[in-house]
Amino acid sequence: MKHLLSTQDLSRKDALDILDTAEEMAQVGQREVKKLPALRGRTVVNLFFEDSTRTRISFEAAAKRLSADVINFSAKGSSVSKGESLKDTAQTLAAIGADAVVIRHWASGAPQRLANTDWIDARILNAGDGTHEHPTQALLDAFTMRRHWAKLAGTGSAGTDLSGMRVAIAGDVLHSRVARSNVWLLRTLGATVTLVAPPTLLPVGVDAWPCEVSYDLDATLEQGVDAMMMLRVQKERMNASFFPSAREYSRRWGFDDARLEALDRHGLKDTIIMHPGPMNRGLEISSAAADSARSTILDQVSNGVSVRMAALYLLLTGGRDDETSTSHAATEGIPA
Amino acid sequence: MTDAISASDAGQSVQRVVLNSGDIDRALTRIAFEIIEANKGTQDLVLLGIPRRGFPLAQRLAQKIAAAQPGFDAKASLGQLDVTMFRDDLARQPTRSPLPTQLPKSGLDGKVVVLVDDVLYSGRTIRAALDALVDLGRPRVVRLAVLVDRGHRELPIRADHVGKNLPTASSEKVRVHLSEIDGTVDEVVIEAGA
Repeated sequence: MKHLLSTQDLSRKDALDILDTAEEMAQVGQREVKKLPALRGRTVVNLFFEDSTRTRISFEAAAKRLSADVINFSAKGSSVSKGESLKDTAQTLAAIGADAVVIRHWASGAPQRLANTDWIDARILNAGDGTHEHPTQALLDAFTMRRHWAKLAGTGSAGTDLSGMRVAIAGDVLHSRVARSNVWLLRTLGATVTLVAPPTLLPVGVDAWPCEVSYDLDATLEQGVDAMMMLRVQKERMNASFFPSAREYSRRWGFDDARLEALDRHGLKDTIIMHPGPMNRGLEISSAAADSARSTILDQVSNGVSVRMAALYLLLTGGRDDETSTSHAATEGIPA
Repeated sequence: MTDAISASDAGQSVQRVVLNSGDIDRALTRIAFEIIEANKGTQDLVLLGIPRRGFPLAQRLAQKIAAAQPGFDAKASLGQLDVTMFRDDLARQPTRSPLPTQLPKSGLDGKVVVLVDDVLYSGRTIRAALDALVDLGRPRVVRLAVLVDRGHRELPIRADHVGKNLPTASSEKVRVHLSEIDGTVDEVVIEAGA
């Protein structure tokens, strides 16, 4: 593994490696001295072309807990607003001596571009690119689910996968990189995934994805789910009429109080409710559901730090022979 | 302790067994008593094994100490200390996955910590362990017990309790097999280098 760009090309072994390492990283968060020296002297750049709270803070905390030096870069207030290209920004970071670049970009494929060109010879971590992928979010979701699933099975979570787990992901799948990353990763780990959304918020070609598709949230709940993930309605990407009104969306696809009660009615006492945040309370998720004992929303945030520590650790340590075996060698770059 | 060195393979003796299971057991028994003696009892004693093979050795030492001193709670005084994240060769070696660190509930502050490992070689693992300890608490004393000391130190570190001093060439490899981890008979083997 040289870069972490998507979960689609992540093997089961690599995924489990990250999750198992994250289990050990989680221990550090419980200690008085929350710091490990593993990445001392390494520089991690957070390159954020899009707004973000938890992903950026989470990556920053993860890098700092591993003793790396962190440089935060956001497009606002930088030379990007003067028209600097991605290439020039990347080459600037290379000249500064960045060892890893955590990139969030509004354009799908921007992290791949950085990884495939010779603009910068650093490890690239995708922190969300357009409507493509958000691999660390999917990994932290899988980590949260795996802990829950292992607890139900009465075993430790290290080394286990999500075999047999039924996961439903509801909401704006069309614009959601979180949904895409989760579909591939959860499938790799053995879970069955059902996407629930209005037809207007499903992408073309969704029938080719390794998952079920449903238009009816109540029917999906009735069939039984072990984890219910709500996606944020992305107002900033709502450039057309995808649904008639917020109220109608909330009634048909939101996780409201009635559906929270329905979980008990269907005998699903162990079902967890997840949300990648930030939430629109009252739209895709009701406050009662978000604050219920089933909710893992805050666990997801703290697990995010552990998972990102694991990803940074696994990408930034390891010998040179490891590099020659991976396909994305920076030298075979595409001319800019 | 016996000094028996037997050639294992009939033909080319690329592997030599230097300690058999009886030798290992006697060495551990002696170390257990040395630990009790050095500590003047088992007061505040904590045994921390360094994964992977240090942990079963620490476990065996704790059992032997408990057998000799009935007041000693073997389970509550035993732990595992992973040093992966503190190594100085992380950028050079292939990626290592960290293993769990488990500490006794009473913590390490004010305790007499005995680090237990299988082979003492360059001393770099123990250096990493000392760094890891600093982040976890402040032991009163830290001691080191190893099954085999093979020399070739690269740092000013020495063991307090040694099962066997083994003169080796740095091209040779010392392998410790323990039933708990390798599922085979306990033995220490020297393999000739290429």
